[in-house]
Amino acid sequence: MIRFLLLFSRQGKLRLQKWFTAISEREKKKIIRDMTTMVLARQPRTCNFLHWKDLKIIYKRYASLYFCLAIENQENELIALEVIHRYVELLDKYFGNVCELDIIFNFEKAYFILDEFLIGGEIQETSKQIVNRAIEASDMLQEGDSSEWFEVELFG
Amino acid sequence: MALKIVKGSIDRMFDKNLQDLVRGIRNHKEDEAKYISTCIDEIKQELKQDNIAVKANAVCKLTYLQMLGYDVSWAAFNIVEVMSSSKFTYKRIGYLAASQCFHESTDVIMLTTNQIRKDLSSPNQYDTGVALTGLSCFVTPDLARDLANDIMTLMSHTKPYIRKKAVLIMYKVFLKYPESLRPAFPRLKEKLEDPDPGVQSAAVNVICELARRNPKNYLSLAPLFFKLMTSSTNNWVLIKIIKLFGALTPLEPRLGKKLIEPLTNLIHSTSAMSLLYECVNTVIAGHDVNGSPFLPPFSLALFLFLRFQLCVQKLRILIEDSDQNLKYLGLLAMSKILKTHPKSVQSHKDLILQCLDDKDESIRLRALDLLYGMVSKKNLMEIVKKLMLHVDKAEGTTYRDELLTKIIDICSQSNYQYITNFEWYISILVELTRLEGTRHGHLIASQMLDVAIRVKAIRVFAVAQMATLLDNAHLMTGNVQRKGICEVLYAAAWICGEFSEHLENPMQTLEAMLRPKVATLPGHIQAVYVQNAAKLFATLLKNQEGNTDRTAAQETSQLMIDRLPLFVQSANLEVQERASCILQLVKYIQKLQQKDVEVAEEVIALFAGELNPVAPKAQKKVPVPEGLDLDAWINEPPSESESEDEQPKAIFAKEEPKHSRARHTEVDEKELAKRREARKQEQANNPFYIKASPSSQKVYQEAPGVEHIPVVQIDLSVPLKVPGLPMSDQYVKLEEERRQKERVEKKKKEKKKRKEKRGGRGKKHDSGPESEEDITPAHMVDIVTEEMPEDKKSSKHKKKKQKREKEEKEKKKKKKHHHHHHHSDGGGEESVQNGTVEEEEPLPVSVCHQSFTEIDIQGNLQDGSQVVVSVIFENKCDNFLKTMEFNVLDSLNSKLQRPEGSGPHDGLSVPFQLPPETRSSGTLRLSVFVIVFPQNEDSSTHEKLDFKLHFTCSSYLITTPCYSDAFAKLLESGDLKCSSVRLEGVNMPFHHLLARICFHHHFSVVERIDSCASMYSRSIQGHHVCLLVKTSGQTVSIDAKCDEPTLLGNVLDEIKQTFSQC
Repeated sequence: MIRFLLLFSRQGKLRLQKWFTAISEREKKKIIRDMTTMVLARQPRTCNFLHWKDLKIIYKRYASLYFCLAIENQENELIALEVIHRYVELLDKYFGNVCELDIIFNFEKAYFILDEFLIGGEIQETSKQIVNRAIEASDMLQEGDSSEWFEVELFG
Repeated sequence: MALKIVKGSIDRMFDKNLQDLVRGIRNHKEDEAKYISTCIDEIKQELKQDNIAVKANAVCKLTYLQMLGYDVSWAAFNIVEVMSSSKFTYKRIGYLAASQCFHESTDVIMLTTNQIRKDLSSPNQYDTGVALTGLSCFVTPDLARDLANDIMTLMSHTKPYIRKKAVLIMYKVFLKYPESLRPAFPRLKEKLEDPDPGVQSAAVNVICELARRNPKNYLSLAPLFFKLMTSSTNNWVLIKIIKLFGALTPLEPRLGKKLIEPLTNLIHSTSAMSLLYECVNTVIAGHDVNGSPFLPPFSLALFLFLRFQLCVQKLRILIEDSDQNLKYLGLLAMSKILKTHPKSVQSHKDLILQCLDDKDESIRLRALDLLYGMVSKKNLMEIVKKLMLHVDKAEGTTYRDELLTKIIDICSQSNYQYITNFEWYISILVELTRLEGTRHGHLIASQMLDVAIRVKAIRVFAVAQMATLLDNAHLMTGNVQRKGICEVLYAAAWICGEFSEHLENPMQTLEAMLRPKVATLPGHIQAVYVQNAAKLFATLLKNQEGNTDRTAAQETSQLMIDRLPLFVQSANLEVQERASCILQLVKYIQKLQQKDVEVAEEVIALFAGELNPVAPKAQKKVPVPEGLDLDAWINEPPSESESEDEQPKAIFAKEEPKHSRARHTEVDEKELAKRREARKQEQANNPFYIKASPSSQKVYQEAPGVEHIPVVQIDLSVPLKVPGLPMSDQYVKLEEERRQKERVEKKKKEKKKRKEKRGGRGKKHDSGPESEEDITPAHMVDIVTEEMPEDKKSSKHKKKKQKREKEEKEKKKKKKHHHHHHHSDGGGEESVQNGTVEEEEPLPVSVCHQSFTEIDIQGNLQDGSQVVVSVIFENKCDNFLKTMEFNVLDSLNSKLQRPEGSGPHDGLSVPFQLPPETRSSGTLRLSVFVIVFPQNEDSSTHEKLDFKLHFTCSSYLITTPCYSDAFAKLLESGDLKCSSVRLEGVNMPFHHLLARICFHHHFSVVERIDSCASMYSRSIQGHHVCLLVKTSGQTVSIDAKCDEPTLLGNVLDEIKQTFSQC
């Protein structure tokens, strides 16, 4: 099971956090601090795995963003890397050549994509097409809502 | 209305949206906190408006601020408002905010239940999806209980999009509300064969997680999973299934056999590294299990072995890969093999040594872990040399400390098995003391002490080294950062003092130990300094008096008298105490010296006697004191007339093996002598055996190659280093030479032999590589494990102590057999189990008031014949109760469950001690064979604190909930016998009456209609008991049915009694 996913910048600024188990805010802050210092201290071209307490930390850097995933001890590290990569692919597909700013300004979209891909710490859908289709459909629904809303605004 | 909306939308134009907020924060880098606090104020205003769009926008911004670390819990209710919007746009934002901000203690979650239920059943699948996603993050036990049914229904939704989400959420629900697992499981199992691959993989995921927690319940699914494994092409799913099998195979070895083929196929065919790695890992984990519990036919064993080898080969490929990740994982998997198959790892030593040079620290650490298992006598020096290089190069103290502990671990493993030259090891330790800022000074110190004590031959060398360390102590104390390392001085001072006869220049060392700078060391080290200065002083006196040079001796005394006052003033108690004692002693000696009295012999007698290591089980070797017969009765045995008269004998017969060692004295002298001779012979042949006599010294001197270690050279060859500190590298060379020489000698011998034999195929042997056994260690280690030296002189003082202990024990034993009278206010009313509590008190004369109260007797559902009794022990006296023993005499129908291997009459020792005026509770387990009668047996026989346990039939009943339909079926079945009872004059409300029956007799109410109720309970052996309780006025009538009439009768009697008492 995946315990949490963090995205942070090279400066250690948190860009996205997803916790799959209930953790108190204080604990969260501590973990975030630990993760950023640990991962940012790593030299380039070293392996992507770390041990932290009873968890395995798998991180990968894409441009200026670090993706950091914590999995339980019996899980497969390579699959975790695959999960990170798949999420980046999904973001890339949605935003079109995704960059850090896309995630900063549309952070709720990044969460929506993640929610279609992972749920409760497990992989929900391994097919990229199906995830994309679900996101598109939800967005269509949202647009439908907004146009309706404008009508109300203008003629209500 | 319209106006209001228009007004709202005009307001909105001035609102910040999320993008504005983010931009604003980025533009206010200097005063971010201030900017955000104004933003939060704005958000608070926005949340007060009625317009849901405004609220949603505000909540969205809050979610962003929450990520930045701001507390937004105050807006929880607003989040719920946004969640309940009918518009998907806002609902989505609301649920996102909730999933980021809510946790189990968020109280507004209670308000969401109905909203979530509504969303779950929404005709729009995305509404449902959003609700499910949110739920996965903040599900609480309450939500899980209330919504379990709704989610279960969704598992069969027409849309796979909903099905797969529902299946995955179900796992979270199981965790929060485990009762839901049973009803949901059939449907979950069904989903394994869902036509949609996404739903299928979701079900696999959930079952894998469940099976990991409790594999044995999922064995029945193995065939289904096997089918999935052979048919699926989805690697994500395959990995999960293989993991699942990894959890199942330990329980079902036959499964392992079946898996061989598909796993091997996958290993050969897959191109996905993640899958390959998973297969290899599973095979490795399973190899042990497959091999041990059952013996496979030879062909299969061979096959298993080959498959295992295949995995190890694959791991090698991983480690050789240029991808650092694969290298890391390969090493990680290797370390798993190391535990079970060290040989398989050793063959890849070259590769692992290479990894030590890797630039990636994680990889080096993994390789270090592996090194432990692959050292041998031959390569130890080489490997440690390599590690020492790393120590020098290492940046960062954590990695360096890791290296240091690993070096010591590797060298000291299994009693220094791989060290052939201890001078080398001592110099490695000394080199390690030069490390900056290590925390492991005490580790090095304890190694130095251990080696110096146990390897007698090394003492001369060690003492010289330690003296140099003491001389250069300023190197260690000068820097504050080096605090940890000064622990080494503790060892150095002790070794120099204890073995001071080996010192070359004791005067210099004594001076070094009494330097004023020493006062800056930690107290415990100073104390050792002072004490050992005294030892040194004694040795010096002896030397100097021998020389008939009186002035030198007096000068030494004067030095002590000059320097010791510094320590007398120490703030540390121990230092002060020792220093003032020794100071007075020296002053007295000085007086005697002035009268020309020879004192050296007496002074040295203060520290006489050699310190020897003592084995943990040495006590066994101590003979039984004279005149003590362990088999004799201390008290008269219980009278013969008793029915179980043979039991006391049986107790001692059982215990006999325990005393067998002590009873060796009874074996006749000849036999003893013979055995001793044989043992001595064995010891003589065993180089690792402790030898208390000086013979080991001789062995060392005779050992070849030792004279080849020219200690003097060391100083000359390393002028740049601290003078006198040796370089371990030299020893590598020296050791080579030594081995070379040994080899040559051996060859000579062999040649001689061969010449005698005239010919042979000797050449092969000559050119062959040096094998492990060929290397003989240069020094011997005293290994203390099980045995004690036969030579009793060597540990005089120790033995005395042991004797004393023994005597004390005897005293206690005697006391144990005295009859004390104890009070018991124990809880049994009439029916009885008798038993005793035996106790040992620290004080001989005192009557002990200890009581215990039985509180609870409960049947155990897991095992139909087990009853758990909780007992509270309370110590009412002023003495500390150290040990207590608890015993219940077995009766025909009940038996105390004792740990395996103990006899039928042994007591259970109570696993805690009781300080005065305290109470503590313990449990004991009894096996009961027939439960339909209350236990009733006649009372106690002997000693100590007698107590009664009251086992009513009700205590065999277990509160078991029962649904009314099942209850009705049970009554209809007709297997039950009927009985009834009437209670008169019960003056209590009906629900009190029911509660009373539930509480005292472990029933549960099935159904209650007005003044009539049906109740149900089950015994630990599965008898059903049904009651129909009716009340009218003060009369209560109970009709009861049970499949065991005797039990029923007794239960009813007990119920009657309960009500007669009130």
